[in-house]
Amino acid sequence: MDQKLIELMADLKEEETSARVRELVEAKTDPLEILAAARAAMEIVGKRFETFEYFIPDLVMAGEILTAISGIVKPLMTKGMEGPKKGRVLIATVAGDIHDIGKDIVTFMLEVSGYEVLDLGIDVPIQTVVEKTREFQPQVVGLSAFLTLAFDSMKQTIEALEAAGLRKNFKIMIGGGQVDEEIRQYVKADGYGRDAIAAVNFCKEWIGGGS
Amino acid sequence: MKEDAAELYQQREKRVQDAIALRVPDRVPVLVLFAFFPARYCGMTIQELMYDPEKLFQTQWKTMVDFEPDMDNNPFGLRYLGPILETLDFKPLKWPGHGLASDHTYQYVEGEYMKVEEYDHFLLDPTDFMIRRFWPRIMGGLSGFQLLPPLHNIISYYLGISMGFRAFAQPEVKAALETLVKAGEKSLEIATYSSRFTQQAREAGFPMQYGAVTQAPFDTLSDFFRGMKGTMLDLYRRPQKVIQACEKLLPFMLEMAVNGTRASGNPRVFIPIHWGLDSFMSPEQFKKFFWPTLRELMVALIHEGLNPCPLWEGNCTARLEIIKDIPAGKACYAFEATDMVKAKEILGGTVCIRGNVPLSIMATGTPDKVRAYCKTLIDTVAKGGGYIMDTSTGLDDAKPENVKALFDFTREYGVY
Repeated sequence: MDQKLIELMADLKEEETSARVRELVEAKTDPLEILAAARAAMEIVGKRFETFEYFIPDLVMAGEILTAISGIVKPLMTKGMEGPKKGRVLIATVAGDIHDIGKDIVTFMLEVSGYEVLDLGIDVPIQTVVEKTREFQPQVVGLSAFLTLAFDSMKQTIEALEAAGLRKNFKIMIGGGQVDEEIRQYVKADGYGRDAIAAVNFCKEWIGGGS
Repeated sequence: MKEDAAELYQQREKRVQDAIALRVPDRVPVLVLFAFFPARYCGMTIQELMYDPEKLFQTQWKTMVDFEPDMDNNPFGLRYLGPILETLDFKPLKWPGHGLASDHTYQYVEGEYMKVEEYDHFLLDPTDFMIRRFWPRIMGGLSGFQLLPPLHNIISYYLGISMGFRAFAQPEVKAALETLVKAGEKSLEIATYSSRFTQQAREAGFPMQYGAVTQAPFDTLSDFFRGMKGTMLDLYRRPQKVIQACEKLLPFMLEMAVNGTRASGNPRVFIPIHWGLDSFMSPEQFKKFFWPTLRELMVALIHEGLNPCPLWEGNCTARLEIIKDIPAGKACYAFEATDMVKAKEILGGTVCIRGNVPLSIMATGTPDKVRAYCKTLIDTVAKGGGYIMDTSTGLDDAKPENVKALFDFTREYGVY
């Protein structure tokens, strides 16, 4: 893997990173290698976030850089080149709540970490979560709620998954706003997380695929 | 005003102002932001409160007299919004009956309502940018104002006036002006109800917590103009523009607060802080982009004889040393998830501390849990005064018995 690319991207040098990717593409570097380097850089970004060196603006910037790299590299790849995903994760902001900022960062970090993510969006009706869970068969379901009014909606969503006989097939992680251990017990989830890295760590622990 | 009510009013006002001035009051003041709690408490939907000012008045009033907070919060400017928002076709908000179910709280829809390439227009003349670009974008009813020329070019008879007003003859602009007249009537109605509530509460012995509201310039830029993603990328791609925009907004944020307090005669200024928390920015980014204009705003308010009352949302424990740097005994910092003991340790000699019984306990816990949490706060943070009991943020959803426990326990156990 290209160390220079990894360093530039991990240091969030937007223009220099793009320039390096173009150089690599011109030198006929395997696109998979470029993506692998980008992923390695994102690992470093994630670590720096965990150790309070990086914060949300830095994650957003890293995301922007990664999207730009994918834009350059993906057209050069044929379908299926990327290889198997580490596992399936279903994500939703529960019914009645339309907040998406935290959820979007979680989805992004999970995708970057190699998981196949089905993000159902915001204000997702309970029945939709149940149906999509049945179809997609995730190993982890992540539910987000920012509003206190959405605690009950989160609880009912989990109860509906239970009633549909699906609950034993996956772990549930929750997060957002006021969510804490108190709420985890109230809605009967398996874990709650404060940030996107916590979500990635839950998936690594529950599904595997940790690096 | 009845004499006992007048006396209660004075006592309550003194209790809170003593705490803000870092003196020891007779007991720990206790106040909350009831937010939409009165709806559930009185068996109404949130939609009813957003559209019916009488119902909003009655439910807020019943909640106030039942729980007897040391100060209440006037609900009109923040809750009776349905009719005016519909009149304007306000787009960045979803509310019950308008994209959300009747029992849900309204929610803001973030967006890049000011585009990257519009920074220079904003910096040159924010008001011109807002009237001709921003208002038409966020309010469908004012879309006609896109057709207006820059109004700062209409200066005198041959310099602007002679042909400068022709856009006002266009049907789209006429429609926007008619919308403004209707919105004006709605605003007047909200303001009338608002003063009536404050006046009647005063006569019943209840002061209002706040006389005005304003925001940190950075929050205003991020919440309403650039959106979260836009702002965060701006920190990298055009950091100077972010700083310039915050500096441009600063006098407006100050003016808003000063005018509000002059009109209400109440010195306390509510400043909800949205993007200040630990995980949203590094300490360096916070010191560079967020804190300077917020500090300047608060210091200017203090010089005007006012009390800045920021509500620091989220966890701001790592910010405490930075935000300590303001004149002592004038401000009240409410915290949501910040370590309260640390806050007392670091800020105790500088600002009054307020908060922070978690809403998770208020909504799903028991009165015993509420009392236990309050007891810890009183035993630690309330020591030596300079403390106000409150929940972590507005109380949309809480069990009434938990709210009662919070008030009763504090009144009983919080005596100094």
